Amino acid sequence: MSAAASLPPPPSAYRPRRLGERVLGIFTWAMIIYTMLPIAVMVVFSFNFAPNGRIALNWQHFTFANYGDAFAIQDLTGALMHSLEVAIGSALASALLGTPLALALARYRFLGKTLTDLVIFADIAAPAVVVGASLLSMFLALNLPRGLLTIFIAHVAFNLAFAVVVIRARVSGLDRALDRAAADLGATPWIAFWTVIFPLILPGIVGACLLCFMLSIDDLIITTFVAGQTLTFPLWVYGAVKVGIPPQVFVLSTFIFAGGVLLALVNIALASRKQAV
Amino acid sequence: MRLGGKLAPYLLSLPGWAYLLVFFLIPLVSMLGMALAVGDPISGFVISFNFQEFVDAFNGYQAPFIRSFWYGTASTIVTLLVSYPVAYWIAFYGGRHKSTYLFLIMLPFFVSFVIRVLAWEFILSDQGVILGTLKQFGILPQSSRILSTQWAVIGGLIYNSFAYYVLPLYVVLEKLDRRLVRAANDLYASPVTAFMKIILPLSAPGIFAGFLLVFVTNVGDYVNAALLGGPGTYMIGNIIQDSFFQSQDYPMAAALSSILMLMLMVAILLYSKAFGTDTIQEYAA
Repeated sequence: MSAAASLPPPPSAYRPRRLGERVLGIFTWAMIIYTMLPIAVMVVFSFNFAPNGRIALNWQHFTFANYGDAFAIQDLTGALMHSLEVAIGSALASALLGTPLALALARYRFLGKTLTDLVIFADIAAPAVVVGASLLSMFLALNLPRGLLTIFIAHVAFNLAFAVVVIRARVSGLDRALDRAAADLGATPWIAFWTVIFPLILPGIVGACLLCFMLSIDDLIITTFVAGQTLTFPLWVYGAVKVGIPPQVFVLSTFIFAGGVLLALVNIALASRKQAV
Repeated sequence: MRLGGKLAPYLLSLPGWAYLLVFFLIPLVSMLGMALAVGDPISGFVISFNFQEFVDAFNGYQAPFIRSFWYGTASTIVTLLVSYPVAYWIAFYGGRHKSTYLFLIMLPFFVSFVIRVLAWEFILSDQGVILGTLKQFGILPQSSRILSTQWAVIGGLIYNSFAYYVLPLYVVLEKLDRRLVRAANDLYASPVTAFMKIILPLSAPGIFAGFLLVFVTNVGDYVNAALLGGPGTYMIGNIIQDSFFQSQDYPMAAALSSILMLMLMVAILLYSKAFGTDTIQEYAA
């Protein structure tokens, strides 16, 4: 004790590492700006005058014309509708299949649980090319025509694992005493589920739906393999690269961006309000 | 919750399991079958246990395989090196704005992947914002370019995996017990020693989880190579894509993706043996 007392106070007591903290802070901001650079290009160039209906590489002049013609390319609008249909459908289907699976994994020990974990892990970790190529191999073998249905099937196949992981995290956080309390008050397990458990895991289910929606609307690689002649928004854009990108692509994705950010902010605001109460 | 007693977990997991079996596991088997088949798209394919396709795939496309693994490794390492300081700063010094910083880093998720790559094609193009300006002022010669080089492809991969790596790192660093760091300081550890002996080892699960997810995604990617690269930057994903849709050599395409899957599966199995599968699931979300 006396030996320790004679030592000088530890360096941390004097020197808060201000310089390192500053440098890291500047670096973080630089990375945030880097992250935003392509988004800025997209938004700014959506207001650029587009000669010949193609996006110009250089700044021409400011115009709202592209926004007036936002839905002028029917194929593109159609492709966007396909994307939205598949995204909403696959998000709901993934939550529907994923919720019971997440409940089983979070609350029970059962034969094959480790295997289930491994399969879900493999589904998340499998490279998109392999998932796409394997589904296409099966569809070819079954002679199943490719279209909106096969896109939907493929999207649920990769979304499901993410849905399970998100919902499971929420279920694991629940207090088991709630079940017992419900049972003590005379609720059957079925009633206890719908009146106690379900409302509590609902935020997890909604979060899973949002994540699946975003993964689905964004997917290009897996969709390419299973789409046949049907186009989704990313596929349409990818196909248009060789002939030149019409400004509507940037306009529509600016809409998607703004809509997504707005939705996320509303979600955050609602969540923090609930926490405050 | 005792729905149906002992059977409950099986009943609950049945629909999800059935789906994963039919649309994830069986397709993988069917891809192996296709790789062993002979035939053509018009008259159909017959499984023949013709392993020649695997040999041809392996021998004929060594360069794209090596390139894919090189791009994947390089981009993942650089992504780790730039994500770690960002995750560290947000977790340790973010204060009450932590979630705002994370939200800013997540913003690209609201823009379609293909649009993000396309925007980089714009930014990096020969007469674009960066190169065009530098050339105008004579800083760079007219012939200089970034697009079509491997650096453009690796750069694109890094950009698209940045947020995916920050998240798992942030999760581990945020959970890290600060008292350990203070204890190290009190025991006269220099900041560097404290970092090397306390923070780095404790953040290892996040480092490995992110590495695996980013590496696998990047090795299998072909969109960055197609839009930012040129003929000399073809990755294995490009070849698989072309074999399916241009030359319509389905067995070759299936053989190539089977090889890719097997290679990555070895990596994943080694990983899950060493670190378990829980961490990856936790951070994937």
